[in-house]
Amino acid sequence: MKIKGRVWKYGDSINTDVIFPGKYTYTVTDKSEMAKHALEDLDPDFAEKVKKGDVIVGGRNFGCGSSREQAVACLVYAGVGAIIARSFSRIYFRNCINFGLPAIVSPEVVDTLEKGDIVEIDLERGVVKSARGIFEFPPLPEAVIGIFEAGGLIPYTRKRLGLE
Amino acid sequence: MGETFAEKIFSRKAGRKVKAGEFVEVEPDVAMSHDNTAAISKTFLSIGVDKVHNPDRHVVILDHCVPPADEKFARNHKEIREFVRKFGIKNFYDINTGICHQVMHEKGHVWPGALIVGSDSHTTSYGAFGAFSTGIGRSEMAVIMATGKMWFRVPETIRVHVEGEFPDFVGPKDLMLKIAGEIGADGALYKAVEYCGPTIEKMGVAGRFVLANMSVEIGAKAGYMIPNDEVLEYIRRRVKRDFEVIKSDEDAEFEKEYKFDVSDLSPMVARPHTVDNVVPIGEVKGTKVDMVFFGSCTNARLEDFEEAVKVLGKRKFSPNVRVIIIPASMEIYKGLLKRGILEKFIDAGAVVLNPGCGPCMGNHEGVPADGEIVISTSNRNFKGRMGNRNSEIYLASPQTCVASGIYGEIVDVRELS
Repeated sequence: MKIKGRVWKYGDSINTDVIFPGKYTYTVTDKSEMAKHALEDLDPDFAEKVKKGDVIVGGRNFGCGSSREQAVACLVYAGVGAIIARSFSRIYFRNCINFGLPAIVSPEVVDTLEKGDIVEIDLERGVVKSARGIFEFPPLPEAVIGIFEAGGLIPYTRKRLGLE
Repeated sequence: MGETFAEKIFSRKAGRKVKAGEFVEVEPDVAMSHDNTAAISKTFLSIGVDKVHNPDRHVVILDHCVPPADEKFARNHKEIREFVRKFGIKNFYDINTGICHQVMHEKGHVWPGALIVGSDSHTTSYGAFGAFSTGIGRSEMAVIMATGKMWFRVPETIRVHVEGEFPDFVGPKDLMLKIAGEIGADGALYKAVEYCGPTIEKMGVAGRFVLANMSVEIGAKAGYMIPNDEVLEYIRRRVKRDFEVIKSDEDAEFEKEYKFDVSDLSPMVARPHTVDNVVPIGEVKGTKVDMVFFGSCTNARLEDFEEAVKVLGKRKFSPNVRVIIIPASMEIYKGLLKRGILEKFIDAGAVVLNPGCGPCMGNHEGVPADGEIVISTSNRNFKGRMGNRNSEIYLASPQTCVASGIYGEIVDVRELS
């Protein structure tokens, strides 16, 4: 799987409230509506300008806070192809895998890439390419790679239960 | 080499000896969900199974917007009631019960040694009772409904050793904020945190709960304490089953150990907009406040109100401040009524609302206006958390919040005569 897009760069501890505000968690459920509120309290321009395949680059502890899965879903619905961070908050990382959104840990990428850079990610080879350099990242833990490859936890579970 | 609490819990569940870093697929003892159960039920139905795997494992508690603020929340609750009825989930608590994390132990769904998951980040709370408990996502809860199982990585453990006696007007919330400030919002990322030492051994249920509840604010997968006699007595009054207290071995491998001494701890405050942006009270003293929120799963228990009402005395709240009080559960609400505590707060000018999450994540019941400053007993001060990105939230103890409500600005509760 290859992902190509522009970089949107943010800082440390980007929390789930600024990614998808709590006040919407029971009232905004339509996919395109959710996409319109993505990163609303962090970067009001984002939802309007994001393009399919764009990549979010964050700092430490990306996605800290609530367990709300919409904080992953809204980015997927907005077209985000992957998130690269120095580290991910625990539940957010699980939600990414379970939603089939690549969550890549690469401090080098975070240190080097800037907003607007074009990146190409090769998930199988574990490589991020950009004009500023080529960076390798570690693969997902073997125990969860199957979930990701199936497209997320629900298709994975359906497959395991023989329902696909 | 001995085993940590986390390793023992997952070894038992997996039926083999596992070490930190291993992945396991296990059956949790209890699985809690709240208002998000409607969304979970739709994901569950999309899997294509026709019954819930062990409906008695599940506990569903309505708390995030109770009673519903509009027709969307009302429809959400209605769907949940229909779902639990149809699929035989008997452990269902409607809008008249309280905040999920309080109701869970009040109603006997938490016991030492249990493995508990919840589709809510503050599920770490039940470590206060010696359970291993952690937050998961909605899809994961749907899969547990379908299969009974979930994958976990066995976490490494960090020890937080606490000693000393709390000074007057300083307590567990100040300690937890101090810990968050020192360790940082990702200081315990993916780890289990074990709180120990003489201060913890003496700490009661309400104080322990603050530490376990806010462990997620330092990134932890779980926060845990060995239950003391007070905790065990509390649990035995509510749980009808046998259980075993599980403890880390002394020669277990701990990744790190932090030490804190609370003897000279000040009241602590987390400034906007992160929980680890913590300073001693002196640095924020004098900051004007427009609203006090005394509620949430973190700090709205009987003991919190009992301590805070001592600070209040016969004083009134500032006419420039709205004080919103939301007891964490109906059981607590009744306890406060009986003791005459609610009346004192009402006479002082507070608004008392029904148990639930209230304005904590901005759904209703006290969303701040643009430019307003809130001081809150809750656990998160992220931008927009209470429903308005143009407001600011400070986090503090119940005593500090009540004292600040009296003066209309952040004050050092120790200086009140």
